[in-house]
Amino acid sequence: MPILEREVEIVNKYGLHARPAMQLVELANAFSSKIEITNTALTVDAKSIMSVMRLGAAKGTVLRIVADGADAEEALEAITGLVAGGFGEE
Amino acid sequence: MRTKKGIGASPGVAIASAVVLDTEEFDIPERHVPVDHAQTELARLRKAVQLSKKEILDLQKRSTERLGKETASIFDFHLGMLKDHLLLKKFSETILSGHVTAEYAVATVLRSYAKEFLSMPKYLAERVKDVYDIEKRLLRNLIGQKRQALDHLSREVNLLAHDLTPSQTANMDRQHVRGLAIDAGGQTSHTAIVARALGIPAVVGLNDVTAEVAANDLVIIDGHRGIVIIDPDERTLEEYRQYAHQQVEFIHSLEYLRELPAITKDGHEVTLMGNIEFPEEAEAVLEKGGQGVGLYRTEFLYLGSDTEPTEEDHYRAYRQVLEVCQGRPVVIRTLDLGADKYTQSRQRTPERNPFLGLRSIRFCLQNLSIFKTQIRAILRASLGAEVSLLFPLIGNLLELRQAKTVVRDVIEDLEEEGIEHRADLPIGMMVETPSAALQCNAFAKEVDFFSIGTNDLVQYTLAVDRANEKVASLFTVAHPAVLRLIREVIRAGERHDVPVSLCGEMGGDPEYALLLLGMGLRVFSCAPSAIPEIKKVIRSVTLEHAKRVARRVLRFDWDKEILNYLRAETRKILPEVYAD
Repeated sequence: MPILEREVEIVNKYGLHARPAMQLVELANAFSSKIEITNTALTVDAKSIMSVMRLGAAKGTVLRIVADGADAEEALEAITGLVAGGFGEE
Repeated sequence: MRTKKGIGASPGVAIASAVVLDTEEFDIPERHVPVDHAQTELARLRKAVQLSKKEILDLQKRSTERLGKETASIFDFHLGMLKDHLLLKKFSETILSGHVTAEYAVATVLRSYAKEFLSMPKYLAERVKDVYDIEKRLLRNLIGQKRQALDHLSREVNLLAHDLTPSQTANMDRQHVRGLAIDAGGQTSHTAIVARALGIPAVVGLNDVTAEVAANDLVIIDGHRGIVIIDPDERTLEEYRQYAHQQVEFIHSLEYLRELPAITKDGHEVTLMGNIEFPEEAEAVLEKGGQGVGLYRTEFLYLGSDTEPTEEDHYRAYRQVLEVCQGRPVVIRTLDLGADKYTQSRQRTPERNPFLGLRSIRFCLQNLSIFKTQIRAILRASLGAEVSLLFPLIGNLLELRQAKTVVRDVIEDLEEEGIEHRADLPIGMMVETPSAALQCNAFAKEVDFFSIGTNDLVQYTLAVDRANEKVASLFTVAHPAVLRLIREVIRAGERHDVPVSLCGEMGGDPEYALLLLGMGLRVFSCAPSAIPEIKKVIRSVTLEHAKRVARRVLRFDWDKEILNYLRAETRKILPEVYAD
């Protein structure tokens, strides 16, 4: 089982607020892999909204995404795509 | 085993498992549950989460229709929280490791998140209110499950609550509630009155009993000693079972009195009536040997439902009692609401001092359509029955005259409409303010009878809020000032040939029966369960003896002296009441 990781910067104006955080969590829940997000201080479960909110990640924060499981590759691809694309926001 | 001391508000002993009601503010005390109840709490949690999800989906659907998808998207976050596997796990772990209720787990876990969010950038900190929103929703669904259980319980329970609102007591499943234990209140709080009316034991003024008892704990409520025992040991349980048994025996031992008149040894007759709150209690009055209903409180009609009662609702409730009483007298008191949620919620600004505010007859005279609806129903229901009309809280002559004018107006309306009714009802007034008691000679010329309401009379004479546990101990009917007012009213009645009854709590307390009899009272109205004891006292003494007691009492200057003396005198007559 591969453990893969990738870094991605938050580019949308208001960072990881409630709506983008929900998008991220829903996306993460679509995969069977265990997925964690790390900022400088904290590592949290990407499938838990309360945990992702705790990151309090603002614009410019670099997140490291770690995926562990059969679909780790696809999961990383999708999640970093969502974050780097600014969650479809400005 | 733990024992909590409170104020005994209604005598008797109830042994049953507990149902605990939370306060409406969701101020969740840390409440421990036995280890083997964790599964029940987990199941309650799961159910509350499911219910909350469904509510949010409905809400989201409705707001999408009304406000657009964008605005409704905030509910995604709410749903996201309820689907958060880590959050749900934390709830369960808290329940399992802390042996606490689901309410407590939900509140502590979510509040710790909220605290963390508050320290974050502003746009995240704002999400705190969504966290609180979810907390409230979950708690409402958790507590709601219990609330609903209150009107149809499947087993016998002791009910514990911070306080009971009149609407909660009105909706209470009276078949299954064996006893009440309440954090707030004094001897004459609403809960205490209801408990005595229903003849179930109650202890009030316990401060924090709800924090110490978990659902399903075995609880003994001892209304005589004013204590609550949580998780009693075998020996205590056995003692109380015996005590409860003796009480039942004592009640049975008074049953022979039912058909006997309430007459003193030297042949002076007294009328004994029952106070009722709900129509079904009328039967209890007759069963206990009451000669009629001396006080039919009508507030339940307003408190038991969310909508105002119609004339037909009133009419049906009155007919129900009159049919049970079959020609025996029934005194119907008009609406005595106020200083509570019912009137307060109808006002734009809450009153600063509601007990001195728009309550009772004052409320009725300012809300004539409500008042007239009730009087119409009473006049119609009284046809062919022995009904009297009683106005509460009359404080001056103008109020009395206005209330009587309303009755005349209603009679005119009914005549014009050709609706059958009784137009010659005796009209009486409650004497429950010092102003009414001191002016009773003037009132006596304009009413057909007086009824002394001791609870309010004490409250207004002594300036003590009977429901405030900090001063509740100052509330006593044995205060010489109160007793003198009562004597004034009885004397004015004798002078003007106006019958005087007493329908306050005092009338059902055997300790005061001797005194009241000696002061000249000839009509007692009390909770049905108290009738046999009062009758027993009356049948055990001579009027001469009672008069001597009254003369002696009126010479004392201090309520404690009076109470001790009366207790000693009553003990000689009714030793069984003091069997402890």
